[in-house]
Amino acid sequence: MTTSRLLSGGRIDRSRPLRFSFDGMKLGGFAGDTLASALLANDAMIVGRSFKLHRPRGLFGAGSDDPSSMVERLGPRPAANQLATTLPLEDGAVYRSVSTWPNARHDVGAVAQLFSRLLPAGFYYKTFMWPTWHLFEPFIRGAAGLGRVPGHDAWEPVSESRFGDCDLLVIGAGPAGLGAALAAGRGGARVILVDDGTSPGGRLISDGGDPDDWVGTSIAELKSLPNVHMLIASTAWGYHEHNLITVLERNPVDAPDLDFRNWKIRARQVVVAAGAFERPIPFADNDRPGIMLASAVRTWLGRFGVRPGKQAVVFTNNDSACSTALALAATGAAVTVVDVRHETSNQVREALDQAGVTLLNGSMVCKAYGSKRVEAVDVIDADGKTIRLPCDLVALSGGWNPAFHLASQTRETRSVWHDDLATFVASHGDTRFRLAGAARAEFEPMACVRDGVRAATEALQALGMTTPSISIPELHEPFIARTVQPLWFVPPRKKGEKVFVDLSGDVTTADLGLALREGFDSIELVKRYTTAGMGVDQGKSGNVNVIGIVGTLTGTATQSVGTTTFRPPFVPVEFGSIAGARHKARLYPWRHTPLTDWHIQQGAVMYEVGLRWQRPGFYPKPGENGQTAASREASAVRNSVGVYDGTPLGKFQLKGPDVPALLDLLYISDFSKLAPRRGKYGVMMSDDGLIMDDGVVFRLNDTQWLLHSSTGAADRVHLHIEQILQIHRPHWRVSIIPVTSQWANATLCGPRARDVLAAMEPDFDISREALPFMGMAEGMIGDIPVRVFKVSWTGEASFELNTPARYATALWDKVMATGARFGITPVGSEANHILRVEAGYLSTGHEVDGTSDAYDLGFGPLVSKTKLDFMGKRSMDLRRKADPERFELVGYLPVEPSRMVPEGAPITPGGNKADQAGFVSACVMSVALGRSIALGLLHKGRSRMGETVHARVRDEIIPMTVVAPVFHDADRSRVKS
Amino acid sequence: MQRYSFFSLARNALSQHEGWQRAWRSPPLKPEYDLVIVGAGGHGLSTAYHLAKEHGITNVAVIEKGWLGGGNTARNTHTIRSNYLRDVSIRFHDVSVKLYEQLSRELNYNILFSQRSMIDLIQSWSKLRDLRRRSLAMALHGPDYQLISVPDVQKRIPAMGDLSGVRLPPLAGMLHPAGAMARHDAVAWSYARAADSRGVEIHQHTEVTGFTFGTNGAVTGVETNRGTVRARKVALATAGNTSHVIAKAGLNLPLVTRNLQAFVSEPVKPIIDVIVNCPDVGLYVMQSDKGELVIGGGTDPIPSYRQGCHFSTFEDVVASLVELFPRFKSLKMLRQWGGAIEFAYDASPIISKTTIEGLHVSTGWYGGFKSIPVGGLTYAHLLATGDPHPLAEAFGLDRFTGLRFLLEAGTVAQR
Amino acid sequence: MLILTCPWCGERPEGEFMNLGEAVPPRADDPSAMTDAEWSASINERRNIRGRHTERWWHMRGCGTIFAVVRDTITHDLFEAADEPRP
Repeated sequence: MTTSRLLSGGRIDRSRPLRFSFDGMKLGGFAGDTLASALLANDAMIVGRSFKLHRPRGLFGAGSDDPSSMVERLGPRPAANQLATTLPLEDGAVYRSVSTWPNARHDVGAVAQLFSRLLPAGFYYKTFMWPTWHLFEPFIRGAAGLGRVPGHDAWEPVSESRFGDCDLLVIGAGPAGLGAALAAGRGGARVILVDDGTSPGGRLISDGGDPDDWVGTSIAELKSLPNVHMLIASTAWGYHEHNLITVLERNPVDAPDLDFRNWKIRARQVVVAAGAFERPIPFADNDRPGIMLASAVRTWLGRFGVRPGKQAVVFTNNDSACSTALALAATGAAVTVVDVRHETSNQVREALDQAGVTLLNGSMVCKAYGSKRVEAVDVIDADGKTIRLPCDLVALSGGWNPAFHLASQTRETRSVWHDDLATFVASHGDTRFRLAGAARAEFEPMACVRDGVRAATEALQALGMTTPSISIPELHEPFIARTVQPLWFVPPRKKGEKVFVDLSGDVTTADLGLALREGFDSIELVKRYTTAGMGVDQGKSGNVNVIGIVGTLTGTATQSVGTTTFRPPFVPVEFGSIAGARHKARLYPWRHTPLTDWHIQQGAVMYEVGLRWQRPGFYPKPGENGQTAASREASAVRNSVGVYDGTPLGKFQLKGPDVPALLDLLYISDFSKLAPRRGKYGVMMSDDGLIMDDGVVFRLNDTQWLLHSSTGAADRVHLHIEQILQIHRPHWRVSIIPVTSQWANATLCGPRARDVLAAMEPDFDISREALPFMGMAEGMIGDIPVRVFKVSWTGEASFELNTPARYATALWDKVMATGARFGITPVGSEANHILRVEAGYLSTGHEVDGTSDAYDLGFGPLVSKTKLDFMGKRSMDLRRKADPERFELVGYLPVEPSRMVPEGAPITPGGNKADQAGFVSACVMSVALGRSIALGLLHKGRSRMGETVHARVRDEIIPMTVVAPVFHDADRSRVKS
Repeated sequence: MQRYSFFSLARNALSQHEGWQRAWRSPPLKPEYDLVIVGAGGHGLSTAYHLAKEHGITNVAVIEKGWLGGGNTARNTHTIRSNYLRDVSIRFHDVSVKLYEQLSRELNYNILFSQRSMIDLIQSWSKLRDLRRRSLAMALHGPDYQLISVPDVQKRIPAMGDLSGVRLPPLAGMLHPAGAMARHDAVAWSYARAADSRGVEIHQHTEVTGFTFGTNGAVTGVETNRGTVRARKVALATAGNTSHVIAKAGLNLPLVTRNLQAFVSEPVKPIIDVIVNCPDVGLYVMQSDKGELVIGGGTDPIPSYRQGCHFSTFEDVVASLVELFPRFKSLKMLRQWGGAIEFAYDASPIISKTTIEGLHVSTGWYGGFKSIPVGGLTYAHLLATGDPHPLAEAFGLDRFTGLRFLLEAGTVAQR
Repeated sequence: MLILTCPWCGERPEGEFMNLGEAVPPRADDPSAMTDAEWSASINERRNIRGRHTERWWHMRGCGTIFAVVRDTITHDLFEAADEPRP
């Protein structure tokens, strides 16, 4: 092992060494390491190359705010973009830097640095136009992007989605979050506490605190409380309306098979105690490996027992970096503190002095040297002299940015500049969430605990609950970010020196200056033009500096520069975790009739029809394709008998004295005089005067009606009726019960249908007189209760045999057994389609495409002559008054009888490339006529019978004769037989 | 206008890029203009450009409550296409695509127009019927939209997984070679720069608080947070916010605003080369030049100006995404956002005069990024001549008084 | 995703409901008494308020009640149950 790993300390398990490889180097680490800490322990300082210029990049932050440590994991579980700082190290894992060749240490892409002058912000907007962007795009695309998405061996994480609910959700288990959770937990509230680390405690732990102290005892207590649920390795990433918070839990401890669990937690109250992010101070060449945040240095030391350098410069404008200097000094490192402030408190000065740390006040680091690792920095001291300090580590602290991202996602709060704290804070809390601790710019640990308790107490008070008083532990951290003297960047001494403000996008202060110079003068425009804040850390490391620099360059007060929007997610979340277990049938569940198994056993090709119902499309016999099977099935119906499963048809039972009035309002024709045990076909329009659906209504008896809708329109029709009953005519007394799936249906159709029904020996009269067209009968077939409707959608006599769903298979078996000697043929949707086109019946989605009214589709004769009003009438009349020339339903006979016309083919005058004058809605090879026939709409079609019109199918012109839209049983004698 | 080219870039590199001029001026707000356009998004700026270019009308102020291009122009997923059913819609959007094809060179600003084709994945028989009808209608007018087989789809989208057993297995695809994307912000910036160079003034952070009217009831200007601005004509281009802006003039329009959300993954190396649209499940995905997968779906199911993430809609989109692309399960979402889009009762656009003399609207775009060039061209024509442009005659508000809707079939569910 | 309060069932998650959009007045008893302009406006015009508006929800996967609520279209906050609008 190398010298960077300390001999002791850190929360790693030195008894469990792990082997891994990075960019081909075989390296070692320990259980408890992240990939980042292990790389650092191995002195592997270069973890990647920058996005645009391919400059060597090292570790900058130690958590989700790190802008540059994205790697690919080649195995196990190959995956593209993994952030080294949040990636637990695994034994045997193989990692590779992204976008480098051959590797991050030696990268051919670094040639881009030679042209860096040609690549200012937005350079691509100014060039690559000639001859066309398409010539350059492939190169740019190839150079951009980070990891490669693995091929078919890609890791497919296993995930689930789970709901949670609680009185109080506490986000973050640092001092403030623990205080809040303890207070609420002891008070008896149902609490969920989430923390994104594997070891809760926040900075108390990452700075190397003792696990057995207050943090340890607090966590032990919380775990013992039955009303507190703790989620570790879990990040709250989205804050949605009505206090719905989404939390990504990684490798849930209770479910070893799961990679992710996405929680959707509905919290009555929320405390956001997410801590704060340290911000850097940019200067020339501040991106050299070995230059990192001061807090990250403490994390490497305290949490992982890694010392990232022996000769350190700590560059700061506040007290908090003093802890870093002392921690480094304690390991024997040589440390110089460069403090922007002319005065440092006695307390700090003395502490540094005792530790042998040099302090330079009123000084600034202005440039770094070294290419693959920082080797020295230039410091301008209080007298304006430049000193060169050799070093292998630079720790930066420019102050702290409270992490109130989640609170901003609520839209209830905005960020406000706070001059005394020299940071942005959330403007205010909402009645449903509160900020606590460092997320509220409270940095002292004891004060954080106190603030957490306060927030929990207020939250519970809002719920009418109380919290016990909590004794605040003695947690001393003398060096916090007070007396910050803002310094957004150190201007370069020479033009052309690069001061990086967003490391993930290679955005420099010069880029910001260019954007401002060119008129991109609002902060959002600056961001978009330069891409600052748009990289993988979404601005966590650099956004506030960008705002400060824009303020400095434009001479605007920081508060007036404005802020940019914090958008979800707080940290990147895997798509697989959001989809959870939704896959295949669980993605969108099917609806099945009780007969699905039978259809499949018969070899049916199943189709999905409206509202996700599964239906047989056709039942192919050996050697048949869809078309020949459908023709055979349709012929059987025309010549003898067929049967289909009509279960999915929408069904609604209506009852009450005002049903006749309802039906009269719903349908275009008169329904109020419908006699008991009779049915009637009806067309309904929405109130905008366009056809919505059609179907048959049966009056079952004096008080009950059964209304049928198309399969796919069932929900729409249901809502339509409910709106009439609950909004428009609330005084009407009608009850409506959807009964679609209560009833199964076997529809016998064909000239022998009545014979089959008779042979089934019903205990009721099915003679022509007793059961005429649009009649009904009820009784038993054997021990199966049956209700028969005599309707037709096939152009043949049809008997809809309805039975309660539990009798479906018994009825169907009976039909098939009895029908066998009549040669009964099961019929699928494709044959139904042929039959209904021949008979000229309409279908939703074909002729009924949502743009036609009742007259258009030939229902003029059905429109009531007496009703003053029905849904859609006023609109239809209004529209027709202004524009009576409309597309009307017609039949088409292709002049060439074997010619099939694609459904959807437009009709144009003469078949020319001109505006559409109609279209073909359906075309089938008729089994009745032995030729192709079609339905469709045609401009003023009813007045054009016998005319030849032309369908235009790309370069082909297909002449067709306009005929009446019925090809079979025009007098309906077969239907009525 | 300072010319942009590789040579100007190289020349400016020598001076550390300090010689670049402002892309647009920041002039003082005058008390009066010939015409005020409300909304400096893509449509407003494109309209200003065409007013200046084709009609020589340059005494124009484009006023914007926020920052330039900060509304839906900043929030859309930059898809450009012309696959429609109605003759007028096909022609209109075909012109838009053709204008887009020339835009970078016409405006001397690289909008990163990438005509990489779009594939509509067909996962139901009813969608197959709808889209075949659309493709045959489009063939009458030019734009290409061809049925392709599933193997062909897979060849063009190799990132798609094994399709056996997926829910709603693809039946075919529709290939729209004109399908394209462009850098959305750059479209606004390029028009702003070009309009500005022709004399148009752009005023950001200038919010309309009301309208002023003459004795005859005609509009005479707008009141703003920076004072009253007089104008003979006022043109709204306030996508998403038209209803409440025009309510200040006492008008009510047939519009509903909803949230349309989108999100991007972390950037990855090129993995999808075309725009993939799956209308049956409400999903589209493409990859930006930066490497991010840009993903979206249908509108959220409630009226909203929240510009956030309706979580159940989001879950549906993601579940559909990983069903077709299981390899993306380990990819991470980097950023998500929403835009307030408005659509008319019939889901077709409105480019029209209103019942108030001098007050005009361009609205109902239902995601109008693809229409920015032609929307500006035709709106400018209406504003300049008083008559609708031949391409946009069907888009008048008068169609609603007779309930003569301009319905794209398949938009029925939106009513 | 909202939590809605159904007048019958109490607080339930949004997934059980269908949004019916802005609450428009009930349909007139006699549409022929309205002018063409009034009628067409009643069909397609919406106030489309940015802020608090009244909208209807259908407890589709529940008790079936249609009810009106006041919701802020910017924040999605819900307010006291609304009275049904009247013509």
